Amino acid sequence: MSHAHESNTKKIWIVLTILSVITGVEVWLGIIKPDFLHLSNFLGTSWLNWIFIILTLVKAYFIAWSFMHLEGEKKWFRRAIVWTAIFLICVLVSLLLTEAGYIYDTLGPLVKW
Amino acid sequence: MKANSALSSNKKETWGGGGVKPFGSSYGKMMMWFFIVSDALTFSGFLAAYGLTRFKFIDSWPIADEVFTHVPFVHGDYPMIYVAIMTFILIVSSVTMVLAVDAGHKMQKNKVAWYMFATIIFGIIFVGSQAWEWNTFINGSYGAVKTSEGKVLQFVNADGKQIALADFVTNKRTDRREQHTRKNGLWFVEEGTIPTYSVDQIITAYNTHPEIQVRTELITDKKQKTILSREKGALELAKTKLVVEGANLEVNEYGNTIFANLFFFITGFHGFHVFSGILINIIIFFNVVVGTYEKKGHYEMVEKVGLYWHFVDLVWVFVFTFFYLV
Repeated sequence: MSHAHESNTKKIWIVLTILSVITGVEVWLGIIKPDFLHLSNFLGTSWLNWIFIILTLVKAYFIAWSFMHLEGEKKWFRRAIVWTAIFLICVLVSLLLTEAGYIYDTLGPLVKW
Repeated sequence: MKANSALSSNKKETWGGGGVKPFGSSYGKMMMWFFIVSDALTFSGFLAAYGLTRFKFIDSWPIADEVFTHVPFVHGDYPMIYVAIMTFILIVSSVTMVLAVDAGHKMQKNKVAWYMFATIIFGIIFVGSQAWEWNTFINGSYGAVKTSEGKVLQFVNADGKQIALADFVTNKRTDRREQHTRKNGLWFVEEGTIPTYSVDQIITAYNTHPEIQVRTELITDKKQKTILSREKGALELAKTKLVVEGANLEVNEYGNTIFANLFFFITGFHGFHVFSGILINIIIFFNVVVGTYEKKGHYEMVEKVGLYWHFVDLVWVFVFTFFYLV
């Protein structure tokens, strides 16, 4: 292995800081919930939720690339893992969420509040 | 030409892929990655199911901030704080794990052992926190009633803040209902715990406390739960058939039944992953301590369990977002 003897300690602490700061920002936004983000709507959900989702993907990237050391793997091994997972998850999520919207449109009006 | 023939199974290195290293990755590491991909799909299946259910009930889904508000040893409402701490604990355990792997590359046995030990401790703290979270969720904090239409009604005070049944139901129970045990009734029949209050008792208390209002599950444009007027509240309360305290798989005080079911299912499945991760870490920890990998000449096994452990952290990042934040 090419990376057998190099130490990554400093980088590890940097990534920890990034992950903690992102989590902190998420929690802070989750508590104050600014109205202009929370009550907005973009592609089916609020801007606040999009921020949460994007920050989560950023965190996932750092965990996978740095902690799980994907950056050090061979390019096509990495792609076999990442592309497969991302493609299948996208298919699954789009199908289920589209269906969910349909179910709500159909059954929602039947519920009396 | 070995490529075309099956690997002989009596050779020791078969478990290592027979010495073949596609993508320059060892057999074990590659299989761990492929396991992780498939496990990731399982979890995304669960989370996507959560998404589907949530969009199905988008106008009445419980608001996570109002459900997960407790911090151990502290009184009051602190939405999100405790899960944030849990998330941080898991991230830190990921860091100690990656430090163990790093020390393994340098063949520093003692460092690997200590970092593994720290990882196990943080893992145990996380599972313990999750158990506490479950306990709080199951016991509930306010109590609610459920109507014959299956809607959950909660109670709020004059400020619109949710209050517990115990805060305003002070009148006596009139139905003389008692918990049935083997001692005071038929010894061969059992009964689940009966609620602290009866339906009539709550309705009477509602009528004698003009400041109390009923809150339904319906979410307003301001993304808050609808608070009914006194009269409307009384009409809804008249349909009550059940007092709910806490949560189980059939009914819960937070709202939709399936909300609690998904909570138990998804965090439970994740918690089980953490639990097995701790067990595997303990095994590897002892292997490190007795010098197995020192003799082998490399610490790749630590790297492999590390992958699994980071994956558990990765999943939690998503569970945290979709269950508590979004």
